[in-house]
Amino acid sequence: MSADPAITPEAIARHGITPGEYSRIREILGRDPNFTELGIFSVMWSEHCSYKNSKPELRKFPTTGPGVLVKAGEENAGVIDIGDGWAVAFKMESHNHPSAVEPFQGAATGVGGIIRDIFTMGARPVFNLNSLRFGPIHGDGASVKNNRRLFAGVVAGIAHYGNCIGIPTIGGEIYFDESYEGNPLVNVFCLGVLRHEQIARGAAEGVGNPVFYVGAETGRDGLAGAAFASRELTEESKEDRPAVQVGDPFKEKLLLEACLELLATDAVAGIQDMGAAGLTCSTCETASRGGTGVEIDLALVPRREQAMTPYETMLSESQERMLIIVKKGREDVVRRIFEKWDLPYAEVGVVKDDGMMRVNDHGVTVAEIPAAKLADDAPIYHREAAPFVPPAPLDPATVAEIDPGVALPALLRHPSLASKNWVYRQYDHMVRLGSVVRPGSDAAVFLVREAGKFLAATSDCNALYCKLDPREGARIAVAEAARNLACSGAEPIAVTDNLNFGNPHKPENFGQLREAVEGLAEACRFFDTPVTGGNVSLYNESPAGAIDPTPTVGMVGIIREESHITTQYFKGAGDAVYLLGDPGSGLDASHYLKALHGRKEGLPPRLDFATEKRLHDTLRGLIRAGLIRSAHDCSEGGLALALAECCISGEAPWGADIDLGNIAGRADDILFNETQSRAVISVAADRAAAVETALTSAGQSFLRMGTTGGSDFRIRLAGRAWTWPLAGLREAWYGAISRLMEETNTQ
Amino acid sequence: MRAAVLRFPGSNCDQDCHLALDFLGADVHYVWHKEESLDGFDLIVVPGGFSYGDYLRCGAIARFSPVMRAVVRAANEGRLVLGICNGFQILCEARLLPGALVRNRSLHFLCQDVHLRVETAATPFTRACTPGQVLKIPIAHGEGCYFADDATLDEIEANDQVLVRYCAPDGSLTDGANPNGSRRSIAGVCNRERNVFGLMPHPERACEPVLGGTDGRFLLRSLLESLPNPGIHAA
Repeated sequence: MSADPAITPEAIARHGITPGEYSRIREILGRDPNFTELGIFSVMWSEHCSYKNSKPELRKFPTTGPGVLVKAGEENAGVIDIGDGWAVAFKMESHNHPSAVEPFQGAATGVGGIIRDIFTMGARPVFNLNSLRFGPIHGDGASVKNNRRLFAGVVAGIAHYGNCIGIPTIGGEIYFDESYEGNPLVNVFCLGVLRHEQIARGAAEGVGNPVFYVGAETGRDGLAGAAFASRELTEESKEDRPAVQVGDPFKEKLLLEACLELLATDAVAGIQDMGAAGLTCSTCETASRGGTGVEIDLALVPRREQAMTPYETMLSESQERMLIIVKKGREDVVRRIFEKWDLPYAEVGVVKDDGMMRVNDHGVTVAEIPAAKLADDAPIYHREAAPFVPPAPLDPATVAEIDPGVALPALLRHPSLASKNWVYRQYDHMVRLGSVVRPGSDAAVFLVREAGKFLAATSDCNALYCKLDPREGARIAVAEAARNLACSGAEPIAVTDNLNFGNPHKPENFGQLREAVEGLAEACRFFDTPVTGGNVSLYNESPAGAIDPTPTVGMVGIIREESHITTQYFKGAGDAVYLLGDPGSGLDASHYLKALHGRKEGLPPRLDFATEKRLHDTLRGLIRAGLIRSAHDCSEGGLALALAECCISGEAPWGADIDLGNIAGRADDILFNETQSRAVISVAADRAAAVETALTSAGQSFLRMGTTGGSDFRIRLAGRAWTWPLAGLREAWYGAISRLMEETNTQ
Repeated sequence: MRAAVLRFPGSNCDQDCHLALDFLGADVHYVWHKEESLDGFDLIVVPGGFSYGDYLRCGAIARFSPVMRAVVRAANEGRLVLGICNGFQILCEARLLPGALVRNRSLHFLCQDVHLRVETAATPFTRACTPGQVLKIPIAHGEGCYFADDATLDEIEANDQVLVRYCAPDGSLTDGANPNGSRRSIAGVCNRERNVFGLMPHPERACEPVLGGTDGRFLLRSLLESLPNPGIHAA
């Protein structure tokens, strides 16, 4: 230990530990920590691991319900019942900072981490989603080129990891906005399936049980990554590249198969992945959950680099590793399975009854900390929240009308609204033979064959709304996710969230976090979708400032029968087209205003829960009665964009002749406002009367807008008319991102 | 009739192949890459995935695995061998098939439906098809650009070894319909003896209406009809 640096005030500060926290560490230990212990505290008490700034807010989420088998926060991921003895484990996590510094590996290891969280629960991962945000990618400036580099690298990294391990990436969302310049968001979601009795626990149970290390050897990569994630990004962040891990999806595939094979035996008492804070987090958390202690010897840990210090070994975030507590006497089962899969494994320690996390190196104790205090007694901060100040409503007189004939193709070309095929074609989205609705509809639908269930999944967040009104924006994020599921024929069951915000020490940022959390919580209560867990990513700031608050929602639902699976695109000619909901008005916070006028202003649309819920119930009712052929929610870009997508997003495009009659107001307002609680449906002509009767009796407002067919998309409104040939519209939308990425310099 | 689906540690389409063959009525078994014998199997499927991680070159390490020695023996004995995607790459690396698969010309991994024109029905792998028939089947690969020198290409064409080519929905061979830049739009080839076939597209992903298509069945059913005691559902 003599070679360790001294514990000076500077060393303490460099570890991100405040003087107050240091006193607390001294109190817990009854002495000064040594250097290794200081490092251990710094990562465990980082925001990423301890949620010390966000915990009081997170307690506001609803986390219980009849279907909740494992609650948020109890384990690596929540577990939700899906019926017939089957359950799903799902969760979303961010890898924002690593991806900003090293996009390919940052994104790849994000995928690896979330997959481990899921199979640690005993679940077989069956599909992934992701939610991405980047700075603008159109134009020629240096920052734009860098945004394209980050975007291309992140997508390639996600593809690399997911494709190799053989888990389909079936959906997600991507937006481009100035606020993410230099600080992209990479939120990745994984869902796994398991039998109720297969739920695995991350607790070090059974004093005397051996502790096994399995998986990849430990190296110096990702040193203190959790602490890195809990700082603002600066010009010097590039020097933190050693804090970014390197992923090996092939090794993770081996680890996944070996762990599931092992969990199918009864040899395992507890299992925990080594993600953030690696060996440190997995040992103290398993001990804390088990109410036990864990003693390990670092000399036994498989390593790929020479002369690693205890500090480095404990803080490494090398990927594809797990800690497994094995029932004494069953060690041979572990050996047999890990030898079959040619994976390193080692018995590195034992479960003790003294509540201590004791780390030895060749028998010499190098760290000794009460495990529960380290894992669970991080300080909790009640940060100052600036009160919400409602933005001024938009004065429409200041917005010059852009002719819709020009505005619609321009919106369809905008990368936030354009087809994302350039992205999802890089992901293997069909492996595992379950992708019933592929990427590009309101929600992805996946057949989980093991369970014989159709699951629908979506991720949503309109960060522009959240910037202008975090509470309403968060409520709408949940509502939109539920609306996407309803359009697909699904009933929502639960939510995972990823809270991406700026530095919580700034009252404005913390105020946004609080408002958004309360908005999410209200909406999750209303839609009866408990939060199964998620991730908090604060300090999303670059030198230019904080990102727009982005509380991403991942929502999963169940579709009762195959015949209920519904997609967004028109299915043929001669079908009646309806708007469910009201034409509405107000261009505040719209993408029309943002993308075409460059203004992020106004008061976002208001959400009325009862109106929203009626729409969802009505949609599911129509779908279950077999009355409709397509359903698509209206969101960014408003009614005109939703209609255009209905025409061009299917395999075969279908035209439509839409007549909106004599609605009073400006054409751009009527066509592009983002009034909530709306959907576009198409109905076979002979079902139109039945649909109208059902809508009337449900009290659902609606408007018959026209008929599908022809090779044009046409809108008539108050004596004006616009006609867009389908081929041109589709090309504008389908090829937009590819043109920006392939025909412009990304270097 | 018994079919083997090989399992390399990084195979990830093994379960999909098993499912599709089982669905069509075959007696399917997994065979681990460390096995040295394939005795008793009439059909050997080398499935897609990343065999041993494929960080070096797709299939470059897999060809040295114990089970591949058994595959070469089985092929030489005239038993049927089908390689899909990574399986095609492995069979080329093992010199059971001519040519090689290189990086897609876009340099991106590509997952999408493609159209394939069946060039000949005179093989055990395509006998349920008609020449010129167009099949819609997905691809999912980063290194699927088929490459061979002109002499080799002339030779395999002369021997009628090209079984499927990428085409437009109407069957025409256009550059736009060639997703990865494969020479002469080649999507799959067989050996001179016509008992080993490799292709980049995934027929096992197109065997059920719920997944959006059933054209893959034409290829898999051809195989099963070619084997002794077919006992196949007319699915």
